[in-house]
Amino acid sequence: MNARRTLATAGRVLQQIRHDPRTIALLLVVPTLLIGLLAWIFVDTDVFQTIGPAMIALFPFIVMFLVTSIATLRERRSGTLERLLAMPLGRGDFILGYTLAFSLLAVAQASIAVTFAVWVCGLTIEGSIWLLLAVALADAILGTALGLLASAFARTEFQVVQFMPVLVFPQILLGGIFLPRDQLPPVLEAISDWLPLSHAIDALNAVAADSESAAWIWGQIAILGAFIVGAIVLGSITLRRRTP
Amino acid sequence: MNSAAPAVDIRNLQVRRGTTDVLHGLDLSIARGGVVGLLGPSGSGKTTLMRAIVGVQVVASGTVTVLGEPAGSVPLRHRVGYVTQSASVYDDLTVAQNIAYFSSVLGAPRSDIARVIDETDLTPFADRVVATLSGGQRSRVSLAAALLGAPELLVLDEPTVGLDPVLRVQLWELFHRLADAGTTLLVSSHVMDEATRCDRLLLMRDGAMLADDTPQALLGATGASDVEGAFLAIIASRGDVDADAAPPPARHGPGRRRHRHRRHARSVGER
Repeated sequence: MNARRTLATAGRVLQQIRHDPRTIALLLVVPTLLIGLLAWIFVDTDVFQTIGPAMIALFPFIVMFLVTSIATLRERRSGTLERLLAMPLGRGDFILGYTLAFSLLAVAQASIAVTFAVWVCGLTIEGSIWLLLAVALADAILGTALGLLASAFARTEFQVVQFMPVLVFPQILLGGIFLPRDQLPPVLEAISDWLPLSHAIDALNAVAADSESAAWIWGQIAILGAFIVGAIVLGSITLRRRTP
Repeated sequence: MNSAAPAVDIRNLQVRRGTTDVLHGLDLSIARGGVVGLLGPSGSGKTTLMRAIVGVQVVASGTVTVLGEPAGSVPLRHRVGYVTQSASVYDDLTVAQNIAYFSSVLGAPRSDIARVIDETDLTPFADRVVATLSGGQRSRVSLAAALLGAPELLVLDEPTVGLDPVLRVQLWELFHRLADAGTTLLVSSHVMDEATRCDRLLLMRDGAMLADDTPQALLGATGASDVEGAFLAIIASRGDVDADAAPPPARHGPGRRRHRHRRHARSVGER
């Protein structure tokens, strides 16, 4: 691992995205528009206040999962990954470079989404906005890490998109958006305790309602961190210099 | 660092891809310096052999030693340049951005960026996005990246495919300039005309080395007038031209389209 190579990789990923203004626009604007749509749907109820915080967790997670898994799959298929691994690039440099680049995008995306949700849609955040952003960022990095992992098990773009229903949808269904987690059947509640997105949504709800201490919220972020490290370690094991 | 060690030394190399044996017990030694041509039809194992030398191929058994070190080991990653058959560069970056990135991964001097872009005649396209370039230009970007950091061994998998004759001649001149400066080049090709430009030829078929000699010696020994004829003579002398095995390798195999193109090429000169 080497800071110069990691930063060069992150810079290169950002350069690639810069050549694709449409992707930047979609990344930054679409989550905000969807949050606006949701607020409009529930304009005369207090539903938005209940599920709005969870939405802030969902978008960075889903979008970063998709973008990263497709970007890494492209590296594998185009031969650039093989070239890089035949060069003195460490596997950690590659993965951290990607994580860094997409985290920066995630910060921008989450900032716009939170600003819009609070100032335009009237979402009330009782706790610290910074903690909210910290959770959203951890969530985006988690999406990036899982995307890197998923790309290792996909041979084609079609397959990698199919990993979204496999890895992402169950976490959304069990995360407490549709039904609070403590009202789920006991088995499902136990499963949801082991899904990282549940902890992200719990943390965001707690920040919004200011119902838990900052230490508890950092504890949830630490759980997300453990999942991130696990996914990155597994992902780097799947990056092989020698392939059959 | 052992500078007396051969560029490549392979002992009893066996490679299996899926259920097929691609290389079965191959031995090969390549001395330092010069341009070594690796010729053979598509599917003969050229790419697999090159991948084994670069150290990105899972090997069933045997040893591959490159510049005195085990293939793919850490010290070799600065000393071996590799160009895959399809251009392995980023389509959504400009030529200069691609080369700058690979250069910082290698830790090559900044001046190398302009040098390799110039050596591959890409200076007019330096600020063009790779996706907008032609196939030949894209493969030259890939080649330029491999020239970064002046590697001691360059492994080039079909670097001249799709290039116009003038560029092809220029690239071969570049290869010889690099060889004169002490670089060892292993260049694969299915275009037999290019064989005469090599200092040494390796003829490969069905995962085995058929011949390993200078072009002149090969022609002399077989009495053939060109390398393709020599290739055929060697296969015939081994008595393994049977009904369903290949007729002339350059006219058979999965790369049919390119070979047809090549045959046409011979009648109109190069291209």
